[in-house]
Amino acid sequence: MYELVTGPLAWLSFGVFFIGCLVRIVLYIRGLDWKLDRVTYTVNVSYGIRGALRSIGFWLFPFATHSWRQNPFLTILVFTFHIGLLFTPIFLIGHNVFLFERWGFSLPMIPETLADILTLMVMVSALFLLLRRLALPEVRTITDGMDYLVLAIAVMPFFTGYMAHIQASSYSFWLICHILSGEVMLVAIPFTKLSHFVNFFLSRAQLGMDFGIKRGGMKNKGMVW
Amino acid sequence: MPEGTLCNKKPVNTREELDALLADKSGKLYYEEMKHLDVDKAALRATLEKTCKSRIRTWLEICAHCGMCADSCFFYLANDKDPKQVPSYKIQSTLGEIVKRNGDVNTEFMIYAMDTAWGKCTCCNRCGLYCPFGIDMGVMFGYLRGLCFSQGFVPWEMKIGSGMHRIFRAQMDVTPEDWVDTCQWMQEENEEEWPGLEIPVDKENADILYTVNAREPKHYPEDIAEAAILFHIAGENWTVPSVGWEETSLAMFAGDWEGCRMQVQEVYGAMERLKPKRMVVTECGHAYRATVIEGPYWAGIRTGKTPIPSFHYVEWVAEALRTGKLKIDPAKKIKEPVTYQDSCNYIRNAGLKECAREIMSYIAEDFREMSPCKEHNFCCGGGGGMNGVGRYREQRNIGLKVKRDQILATGAKLVIAPCHNCWDAIRDMEEVYHIGIRWSFLKPLLLKMVIVPDHLKPEE
Repeated sequence: MYELVTGPLAWLSFGVFFIGCLVRIVLYIRGLDWKLDRVTYTVNVSYGIRGALRSIGFWLFPFATHSWRQNPFLTILVFTFHIGLLFTPIFLIGHNVFLFERWGFSLPMIPETLADILTLMVMVSALFLLLRRLALPEVRTITDGMDYLVLAIAVMPFFTGYMAHIQASSYSFWLICHILSGEVMLVAIPFTKLSHFVNFFLSRAQLGMDFGIKRGGMKNKGMVW
Repeated sequence: MPEGTLCNKKPVNTREELDALLADKSGKLYYEEMKHLDVDKAALRATLEKTCKSRIRTWLEICAHCGMCADSCFFYLANDKDPKQVPSYKIQSTLGEIVKRNGDVNTEFMIYAMDTAWGKCTCCNRCGLYCPFGIDMGVMFGYLRGLCFSQGFVPWEMKIGSGMHRIFRAQMDVTPEDWVDTCQWMQEENEEEWPGLEIPVDKENADILYTVNAREPKHYPEDIAEAAILFHIAGENWTVPSVGWEETSLAMFAGDWEGCRMQVQEVYGAMERLKPKRMVVTECGHAYRATVIEGPYWAGIRTGKTPIPSFHYVEWVAEALRTGKLKIDPAKKIKEPVTYQDSCNYIRNAGLKECAREIMSYIAEDFREMSPCKEHNFCCGGGGGMNGVGRYREQRNIGLKVKRDQILATGAKLVIAPCHNCWDAIRDMEEVYHIGIRWSFLKPLLLKMVIVPDHLKPEE
């Protein structure tokens, strides 16, 4: 089983993930239409690039935009969740040891305690995101089953990984669950809302170009997000 | 496929059709017919396929349902945080469903979509600034309006408005003759007080081509006179076109993209015919948005720019004050607290916030910003055609509460609103809520405080 999930299934899921993301990027860009979107993407390009970078840049930092500042609690949850989600798997000692064994190289690693903290932060912030979704009427109204599912998909690798790590019960059981849930997440990214992994940047860049080129960017210093 | 005599999928292109619609008071029969208007699902599907591309589809798909857009919407705030007013809910339950069902929707649904697209959104685009993914629901509601229009589900006044543009190339029944007559009348009316005052029509190679909102010749001709006097004092070499003088676009509010194209091409035609150095439009927000910001795309101009550089009136005023073409008498500056209504269409959606502040620095001693302001300002409550649609009057009046409270919080009793829609909404706000405020365009205020050079004064 271990061989299967770390072998063919791993290749398959990473393949689907990378190719899927690439296809999404290509399809998004190919689907942009200067006349329908009413943005001259290929004219006044420098204004477009400036607008796109501002639009992405401001939103990548907590409290850097009006909207983040207006929702401080959510902002803390979102950033805690995403920092843990992105950093932990890449710099985890366990993952890098595995990487070294298989391919003979590894990335910089973070101490185990930090990884533990980040993992717990992902799970705790996910719990609060869930509670927020249930508690606030304006969020509940727009929530559907998919929202719960993608949250679960994103958290499962952390939960199972943590269970394996603390060796609560059968290590190998949780390890297999962990690897499988990680693969499920990779495969889900291109096909679900998790595609915001790439679409966040594309969509933000698009709106940034819209404001940068057409809606005022050529007549002022740039949108104050 | 039943279609009404008044409510149907065909845009209004003749005076007879227009008169028939106008004769149906408040659209009583029109809305009755709408209840039986069939959806042409095949056409809707075809339109989606052709026009609903990756930007909108991605927006609809990736919305994380986080609710951060809720507080950005003045309708949500004004309606006691009704979850049904969350922008994401409004767009997902309308356009989202149409896309999901690939056009397989019925009449009842389309009426709901119409009531949401025009009655719960002014396309102010504020939500777009508050979504982490940059999902601009105002843009999507604009698109939805286009779908609704193509299927005949459009508020009565909007159908009339689009018809006006198609027939008169103006939002009201003002012909080129009416327009030129009004200009001459205003010139004659004022030339005694202002010797040498001219409203030059169709002068070639002028520095400024001045264009207006049809409401001015129709209802507020003094606005044209004021513009003329200010250009006269500033010593501008200007003109108005006899054809292509109207910049507004109810067709844009209606989602009638073909009507939009016809309208802006008339103005661009005047630019090309008279070859002025630049164009300046009156104090109207959506006119500028339609003709200068969106118009080039409707007309298929690849640069995205109007044939000549185009400016909003506030840009011209800021420049005239900066360069000293207009000088303000310091004794006559506005002494009382005064605030400024940032129009969504030329501030948030066209970046002119600094011009407004520059003007206020010249004319006001106690300028008070609303909070929030500039690109983050709230819609006046009457934008996107909302002011003009009787069906949504009640919703409009509820929506006004947010702007009302913003104005009251400044402590100012005078609101400068260089936008026809904002000006109307604030006027109506006073009528509905009696908060004791006054409102004004820039022109009458400027005329009261500008220094008139001696050689322009009438001989005693």
